[in-house]
Amino acid sequence: MSELLRAVWRYRNFILSSVKNDLKARFARSRLGAAWMVLQPLAQVAIYSVVLSRVMGAKLPGTTNQYAYSIYLMAGMLAWSLFIEVVTRSLTLFVDNGNLMKKIYFPRATLPFIAVGSALVSNLFLFIATIFIFAIVGHPPTWAFLWIPLLVAINVAFSLGLGLLLGVINVFVRDVGQVMAVVLQLWFWITPIVYMPSILPAGFGRVIAANPLFYIVSAFQNVLLYGQGPALIPLAWTALGSVFLLAIAFLMFRRAAPEMVDVL
Amino acid sequence: MSNILEVSGLGKAFRDYGSEFKRFASWFGVTVTPRHEHWVLRDISFVVGRGEAIGIVGQNGAGKSTLLKLITRTLMPTEGSVAVHGRIAAILELGMGFSPDLTGRQNVYHAAGLMGFSRDQIDAAIPDIEAFAEIGEYFDEHVRTYSSGMQMRVAFSVATAFRPDILIVDEALSVGDAYFQHKCFKRIKEFREQGTSLLIVSHDSGAIQSMCDRAVLLQGGRVVRDGDPVEVMDAYNALIAERENSTMKVERLETGQVQTTSGTFEAVVKEIQLYAMDGERIEFIDVGQDVELRIDVEARADIPRLVLGYMIKDRLGQPVFGTNTFHTRQVVDDVPAGCTVSYVARFTMNLGPGSYSISTALVSTDTHLVDNYEWRDLALIFTVANHSHAHFVGSAWIPPKIDIKSLP
Repeated sequence: MSELLRAVWRYRNFILSSVKNDLKARFARSRLGAAWMVLQPLAQVAIYSVVLSRVMGAKLPGTTNQYAYSIYLMAGMLAWSLFIEVVTRSLTLFVDNGNLMKKIYFPRATLPFIAVGSALVSNLFLFIATIFIFAIVGHPPTWAFLWIPLLVAINVAFSLGLGLLLGVINVFVRDVGQVMAVVLQLWFWITPIVYMPSILPAGFGRVIAANPLFYIVSAFQNVLLYGQGPALIPLAWTALGSVFLLAIAFLMFRRAAPEMVDVL
Repeated sequence: MSNILEVSGLGKAFRDYGSEFKRFASWFGVTVTPRHEHWVLRDISFVVGRGEAIGIVGQNGAGKSTLLKLITRTLMPTEGSVAVHGRIAAILELGMGFSPDLTGRQNVYHAAGLMGFSRDQIDAAIPDIEAFAEIGEYFDEHVRTYSSGMQMRVAFSVATAFRPDILIVDEALSVGDAYFQHKCFKRIKEFREQGTSLLIVSHDSGAIQSMCDRAVLLQGGRVVRDGDPVEVMDAYNALIAERENSTMKVERLETGQVQTTSGTFEAVVKEIQLYAMDGERIEFIDVGQDVELRIDVEARADIPRLVLGYMIKDRLGQPVFGTNTFHTRQVVDDVPAGCTVSYVARFTMNLGPGSYSISTALVSTDTHLVDNYEWRDLALIFTVANHSHAHFVGSAWIPPKIDIKSLP
């Protein structure tokens, strides 16, 4: 593992320039450029706000701000957009870079770092835009916001662990990519992002409780909307599980690496 | 450490596990026997010394690309090992990883980063890269506006910006126009003088013989020959001609050279000799002398269509002159078994002094790839000496008439 990290450190220059190029290439020749990183998730928030605010607005206890539901949405969306970006990128990471891996030798472990790096940058922009909008609607930052870096770290560990594991399998069994497209849609709806867990019928609570992303998303909501610290015990378990998942994913990646190029 | 690359017992198999779950299980220590193993390379061993130039030849599918991928570490060996004592650079896939929406300069940073160089190292090298590519202001334009030749120029410049210990070159690689091509080969030569070892992949026997100290011939995933480039290229040509029920014979001649014969031997060269015009057999020939090349061919089976080809090669094995009776429209049809066909070719020995060899081919059409009755390298060796003309160098005799005028 230390050998892997050393290789990644030696290639740090490459990782940085790849992240930069990735962002540049994604928005090359579009008028609004990097603004799209922020505009897309915000547009989604706006749609849900308009469509659902009447239904959901009244159901947020303990809030006084009239935009409470929008703030709730944005908090959840901030966590979800990082998750979905890291997972979808990692899922096709090796397949997309297959040609490069076949032709040129470089430490393969740099690829997940590039994917995470570029997801983090776009998420940072979204976070800044979110804070800005919060300020406009009269919801200034609180000290609880200091939890955010830790929450982001746990989110990345979980997303990358899951994405990398599936990404490695996807090289050999391409169905995984297709299945995940559907699974991720379902996942969005079994995670309380546009609704509150309180409105669910009783039997449904167990499904939500089994969803690790629920603890991450609700921590974001606690911190950003209510200005409270997250629920520590479930968060600690989630963090532990995420790190474990990530370790397994990296182990699997190391084992699979020699055979990966054979089938790409 | 005199060896810079040591390949020992190298083998690569592509495995089919039937079910991918078995493959996953194999990563976690479960012993799984693959349903099918396809070995593309096996038992490959050779070494490359510092500053040596090695040619790697073989037909398509012989395993050349796989070998190179194993050496550059893009593929992992199934067995055996590759030990590299230095940095490898490959100019096989130029422009891989270039992004069209970045400028040439940005792509250079990116590509050099991919090779593992730090920002400072690239900063130091970038003036050289820009100067070598010679694409002017385009260097700061988006790569999507480049012609393919310009992209090649930038890609080659980055790939060779830092002198590697081993350089892998695909000889057939086209790097733009003739001017740039020359410039590239000049740079490769300079590297070599500074101690870089070369691995050259090529189908061109001329290039291999003129650039390499040694050649390795791959066939069916194994090394069939490793040695002097001239010998190896002869064996390679014989391999190309090899067909079903054709065999290959290798003999060491009295002169120490290795003669390769191959084919079905349905027709063979029984006798080959050079004669002076007075009918005397000769081995030493004066520059510009008229000679007769007499070749007797014996048919051992019924030959529907017989073509004789011969090629005069210099001592390095480079072709000097070659033709065949297909091109001269002298095909002999329906030769019965047991019959001998005599050919006499008269020509003037317009060659420079030196040792030459003649290779012969007995075929049914203009190439030796359809029916190869017999292919014989070093069928005859002769020497040209300059007795009667003014001193000159080179392998051709092009007598000039020189007029000189002194202008006041």
